[in-house]
Amino acid sequence: MVTRKEIDASSGTETTGHEWDGIKELNTPLPRWWLWVFYATIIWAIGYWILYPAWPTLTGYTHGILNQSQRDDVANAVLAMKSQREEQGRLLANATLAQIEADPNLFQFAREAGKSAFGDNCATCHGSGAQGFKGYPNLNDDVWLWGGKLEDIKQTITVGVRSAHPDTRLSQMPAFGRDKLLEPAQVNDLVEYVVGLSGGKADALAVQRVTTLYAEQCAACHGPDGKGLRQFGAPNLTDKEWLYGGTREQIKAQIVNGRGGVMPTWGSRLDPMTVDALAVYVHSLGGGE
Amino acid sequence: MVAPIAATVNAVAAETDALAADGVHKVDARATNSATTRRDYVARVPIYPKLVHGRFRLLKWLGMAVMLGIYYGLPWLRWDRGPNAPDQAVLVDLVRQRFYFFWIEIWPQEIYYITGLLIMASLGLFLVTALFGRVWCGYACPQTVWTDLYIMVERLIEGDRNERIRLDKSPWTLDKFGRKSAKHVSWLVIAALTGGAWIFYFHDAPALAANLFKGTADGTAYLFLGILTFTTYWLAGHMREQVCTYMCPWPRIQAALIDRETLMVTYRSDRGEPRGPHKKGQPWEGRGHCIDCNQCVAACPMGIDIRDGEQLECINCALCVDACNAVMKKVALPAGLIAYDTPQNIERRSKGGKAHFTFLRPRVVLYAAALAAVAAVMLLALSTRATIDLNVLRDRNPTYVKLSDGAVRNAYTVKVMNRAPTARTFHLGIEAPAGFTTKIIGLDDAKLPAEIKVDPDRLRTLRVLLTVSSANLAASSVSVTFRVSGGGETRSNATVFLSDGGAQ
Repeated sequence: MVTRKEIDASSGTETTGHEWDGIKELNTPLPRWWLWVFYATIIWAIGYWILYPAWPTLTGYTHGILNQSQRDDVANAVLAMKSQREEQGRLLANATLAQIEADPNLFQFAREAGKSAFGDNCATCHGSGAQGFKGYPNLNDDVWLWGGKLEDIKQTITVGVRSAHPDTRLSQMPAFGRDKLLEPAQVNDLVEYVVGLSGGKADALAVQRVTTLYAEQCAACHGPDGKGLRQFGAPNLTDKEWLYGGTREQIKAQIVNGRGGVMPTWGSRLDPMTVDALAVYVHSLGGGE
Repeated sequence: MVAPIAATVNAVAAETDALAADGVHKVDARATNSATTRRDYVARVPIYPKLVHGRFRLLKWLGMAVMLGIYYGLPWLRWDRGPNAPDQAVLVDLVRQRFYFFWIEIWPQEIYYITGLLIMASLGLFLVTALFGRVWCGYACPQTVWTDLYIMVERLIEGDRNERIRLDKSPWTLDKFGRKSAKHVSWLVIAALTGGAWIFYFHDAPALAANLFKGTADGTAYLFLGILTFTTYWLAGHMREQVCTYMCPWPRIQAALIDRETLMVTYRSDRGEPRGPHKKGQPWEGRGHCIDCNQCVAACPMGIDIRDGEQLECINCALCVDACNAVMKKVALPAGLIAYDTPQNIERRSKGGKAHFTFLRPRVVLYAAALAAVAAVMLLALSTRATIDLNVLRDRNPTYVKLSDGAVRNAYTVKVMNRAPTARTFHLGIEAPAGFTTKIIGLDDAKLPAEIKVDPDRLRTLRVLLTVSSANLAASSVSVTFRVSGGGETRSNATVFLSDGGAQ
């Protein structure tokens, strides 16, 4: 090692004294601004060790004098959000659903809150645009099994359908085929009858054969004219909307199996303000009834 | 740090001895920031600009007073906009998302006005630079103005160039400590006022000022006050010419904007060379007019020698022009050895030709035309800007809804904007083919055109449903136009009604 400083003749810069094949390595100094920033980061890091959790110890870690914890930060942020939402929710709680819908600012707030709650809780079954799927009602249209007024929607959200809630919306279509309540031939004739109700081309003889059977077995819920009955959640069989499909096979499958979907009760899971917001949001999608 | 100061101070001592001409001392000022003598990897050599008097110094004082006056005073200017809007003439209201500039109010979605303004500012700078060189750098740039102000304060407290050099060289005494402290405290006060004025542009100035002193202002106000206090103090007090030489991109960009006919602060080498000291009674024939007194170097806040020619470090502040003119007067020579001139003129004169300025050049015409075009577009947009606006967003999920009787429905989110500071009632109309029915959620009994009440300076969001029976459906896509009108203004928004076209 060379101990005295050696200056390179052509660049005027000090060398490190290291030499390879006659080429000497220059000891070019670091730019001053870089050096100062580097020192500043060292000081910053020491400050960080003192203020924040930094070093692992045998039993845990150094907490730092600020005692900062990201877990606590999240918990506090959630608390803050809850209290903020309660404050805004009070505005909704003090107004009837109709008042909310008529007030531009409340309506806007409820719709935004409802949209967000819908995405979290309802979209899984009803779809992100509430467009529904087979067996899961479309909430944009004008078919409302349990009523499409603001209060009806709120009630359905609160108690659910075929849920564990004591006041749940409840109805059960018998599985006429599976439980052998009807003969297969009778089921086939009923399919023709239902196709005829909704204006399709039906086998006139078959319709004639089951008119009495329809009156005995189906009219109690679906009505003598097939227009459905709201108190049983029984669908209108004369319109063009089919929850489980409108082909002959799909209608037959429904008579045989008597399917009915389940919607959980949300009254016990969501706060009243969110339920209100959801009702306003769902009602605004297609205007309800 | 010690060595360069000692060298400079030795040079000062030499000033009293050497004469550049009769009655003119030679200053041993060195162009410490000149690219030819500047050394990397060593500490900045301090620059002690000497006070000059003259036309350009006066212009700079006036410019500084006007520009700082505008900057510090503008937030306090009031402008009555009625009870529903702030009364501050210039206000960037980040909380309510509005930008107020006298009679203009801009909403966030109109940010293109700011874009246009910035394009105009750029083109304006291009034009001015092509015509007159770096006048922005020399007179109007905040870095220049605040540095000039800081040097003025420094001069008031520590004295002019020679006293400042002597003070820096002298050992620490109570007087030196007092002067240095006074200087830094004054700088910090100016910096705090600068940062303070900045935050007043974002809040109601009188209210914020009161809250600032009570300690109840928003945390961000104190944060930005602190940041701007620090940057002002650091950039204008300590960094100074290094900001222009090392940090600012503008000197580099300007190199592409200027040409040989661009006016810039020029040492007329054709007249000045060969330079050298002048003895009393010596004839001026056969030699240059530059007596090499170095007064231009001593005056330069950038630490360069203008006689080195065009250089990136020069901000064209023209203080060397004043310094040289004063010397020329003493030696009874015409002023303008250093003056606003062009490189082309030097060439013309040295070839025996006549100097002249050519302002009408292709690039000048191009910049001016571009500036005029953008300004015209901006003016047109601003003068036809409505206080009413309409946005229509068609639901995409679901694209359309089939109803129980086979009819089809589309849903639209309609936003009606009222940019006036008063509550107003607009009329919303919808143009659609026959057979379409309309429903506005929350306005169930509304008949088209529906009356829409909108709060002052707000937008109202409506949900509108259009329904048509399958028999009336002509195509899978039908044009529909929403139209909102009120206060003599109308805005419309064309959209479509989508369906399966009436198929099964």
